[in-house]
Amino acid sequence: MTTTMEPPASAESTAALARLRDVELTTEMPRVSAPAAHPPTITPRRPSEADRPVVPRRIGGARVSDVYSLVAALASSLCTTGLWWSDASPFNGILGFVVVSWAMFVVFYGVLVSFDEKRTAVVDRIVQVIVTSLAFLVFACLALVIFYTVEQGWRAFIHTNFYTQDLRTTPPGAPLTKGGVLHALMGTLIELAITLAFAVPLGVLGAVFLAEVPGKFNRFVRTIVEAMTALPDILAGLFVYATLILIFGMGFCGFAASVALAITILPIIMRTGDIVLRLVAGNLKEASYALGTSQWRTVWHVTLPTARAGLATAVILGAARAIGETSPVLLTAGFNTNFNTNAFSGPMVSLPLEVYQDVGTPQHTSIERGFGTATLLLVLVVVLFTIARILGGRGPGALTPRQQRRRERASARDAARIDARHEDERRRRSRQYVRPHPTTGPYSSSDPPGFTEAPGGF
Amino acid sequence: MSFDTLIDSLETSDGTADPFPREPARGPLARKFVTNLSIADRAFRRLLYGGGGLVLVIMVLVGSFLFYRAWTALHKAGFSFFTTQDWNPDGGGFGIAAVLVGTMLIALVAIVVALPLALGTALYISEYAPARFKRSLVAVVDLMAAVPSVVYGLWGAFLLQWQVISLSRWISDWFGWIPIFAVNGAHRHDPLATATVYTSSSFIAGLVVALMVTPIACSIMREAFGQAPAGEREGAYALGATRWGMIRSVVLPFGTGAIIGGTMLGLGRALGETIAVVMIISPVFKIQPHILQNGTSSISSLIALRYGESSPFAISALMAAGLTLFVFTLLVNFAAASVVARSRSGALSEA
Repeated sequence: MTTTMEPPASAESTAALARLRDVELTTEMPRVSAPAAHPPTITPRRPSEADRPVVPRRIGGARVSDVYSLVAALASSLCTTGLWWSDASPFNGILGFVVVSWAMFVVFYGVLVSFDEKRTAVVDRIVQVIVTSLAFLVFACLALVIFYTVEQGWRAFIHTNFYTQDLRTTPPGAPLTKGGVLHALMGTLIELAITLAFAVPLGVLGAVFLAEVPGKFNRFVRTIVEAMTALPDILAGLFVYATLILIFGMGFCGFAASVALAITILPIIMRTGDIVLRLVAGNLKEASYALGTSQWRTVWHVTLPTARAGLATAVILGAARAIGETSPVLLTAGFNTNFNTNAFSGPMVSLPLEVYQDVGTPQHTSIERGFGTATLLLVLVVVLFTIARILGGRGPGALTPRQQRRRERASARDAARIDARHEDERRRRSRQYVRPHPTTGPYSSSDPPGFTEAPGGF
Repeated sequence: MSFDTLIDSLETSDGTADPFPREPARGPLARKFVTNLSIADRAFRRLLYGGGGLVLVIMVLVGSFLFYRAWTALHKAGFSFFTTQDWNPDGGGFGIAAVLVGTMLIALVAIVVALPLALGTALYISEYAPARFKRSLVAVVDLMAAVPSVVYGLWGAFLLQWQVISLSRWISDWFGWIPIFAVNGAHRHDPLATATVYTSSSFIAGLVVALMVTPIACSIMREAFGQAPAGEREGAYALGATRWGMIRSVVLPFGTGAIIGGTMLGLGRALGETIAVVMIISPVFKIQPHILQNGTSSISSLIALRYGESSPFAISALMAAGLTLFVFTLLVNFAAASVVARSRSGALSEA
């Protein structure tokens, strides 16, 4: 019997309890100590589960021997390969060295682990090493692609004239302090704007169609759009070249390039947009329908605003693709070296096309300029991609803290407005004249004449 | 979660529930539901149908126009279009035998290299990587897919090409007896032999394209691996499996469809890759079965290099080449999509 199980009691009852316990103790004491001439055995208190410190057992992770065998295998493979390389070289070049030392590392590591472990565990370790190094290889390749481009393009990239001049008066072999890619940057931005002007409304409309109107036609459109996502981009360029330029006689221009780019990114925006629209929680839409809304109001006021971040991500991913595409532009935009802001006449070069043209020349500085342009292109893509990740990292309908606060303020305003309107309504209705019931006479003495509270107020 | 994988994880479902179901419930006592759409909603539906239809029209137009313009050349060349190696539409024969073989070989190299890379990366991200790095690693793979192809082309043409020569030489020295690795004009163990026979080959172009298709295949595989049922994973561990044992008996069988489908989607992309290939290869118009040897060609690079030809017939011939590429890519993509879809539907039977 413990006091903690008692309900909280008054001072008198607590005192009474204590007295009771004293009585019990005093009555039992003689019984325990009576036969014993020696002191009673005192057993240590058994520690309860709660007293034990909470230290979860480690069930994974590396042991010391694992680290030893990794380091040892690495060292011995490097040493062996180095020795082989200097004395009996069957290959040359850094690539061969890396490949051979990696193969040796795997073998040595397997042998070292086999001293401690059984066959199954050895296989497990070897596979882990192989899988990890494959992933590492892929990431290293990406890092190398980016690093190499930036490193080669850095000398052109840091000159201010690179961003403020075009190549109109710059001969191909001119030093990097002359000429720049302003025309290509401008061309990219103009083409991107026109492309998005075509692709975004149509893409979002198509995405809403895919997400909102199920049926056979929907499945057909979905199949076609999926097939078109992997359409070789040069075919879009070939199509526009054969129609707009050859048949309609438009000539190479930024507009034709934009149409080709729009065809390329339209399926991307549609598919991604369809996904984010379908991620919108169904109960939100159902709540809207339950309030008696029509479909278009639900789409306009519930679905699209909830999926806003995701749709922005879809558009930005499309834009990143459009900026980097070369082959549709190659067939449609033509090539120029001067600043041209008219998308409908005259060739309009874009950044990837400028890269392609620059590195095709034998002049060293042109190639460096091409790498600089590629760096600029890479920076644009990474910036767009980062924005897309930040927007797309949140779930549908999830808000930033600032949006959250804004939404709360708007909510409070709405609540106040609704309250005020209801108050208004109540007052207006309460002033309504209600014809008195004929049987109770024209006016009863208790009622105020003519005005009564309307039922159904809020 | 990346968007590409998001797309693929959801594309098999049939869309959201129709808020206005038109099919009435069946049975003798079924109530009749009649939806009277308001005028605004009817107009809205028209608009949506119009949007979907317009996209459809654009997409179909591209394909049918290619076919229409290609007809002149196809009609004139007949079956020899598929057997002629030369490309000379204005005087003499033209055909896609050489460029088609080149396209296939480049795509083949790309897929052979990309498959282990994508599989390894996908397994690493879904099974081995520490949980706190997973999101960033997925982002890096997505970024890899977003890097413009011209940048990969630069890297391949100016850096990789010269590093790979020693590897090419080694392969052709030791495995030259396999026909595909043979190199004409190379002499084994001749230190003075020129290295240029190994440049601008299908092998190098394929390596660069492999890097471009790896992220695509990887994200599809990773998504499927991530969906492998946790109960079966834990069951495998409970039976004493090592991590690789678990992967081999649970994750890989579960993801087989995605591995095949992802690889084929990558193949579709590899077939159509243009600018990186153009920057690396030196075009020849004869069948070049030696992947390590200088000179090859592909359909897309043929179009990119020859689109400026003036005669309408030459353009028609290019259209015919484009149409071939179009049909090939469509076939590969449809096959890939159906494999991926089937593997997903199998995955749902877990419960």
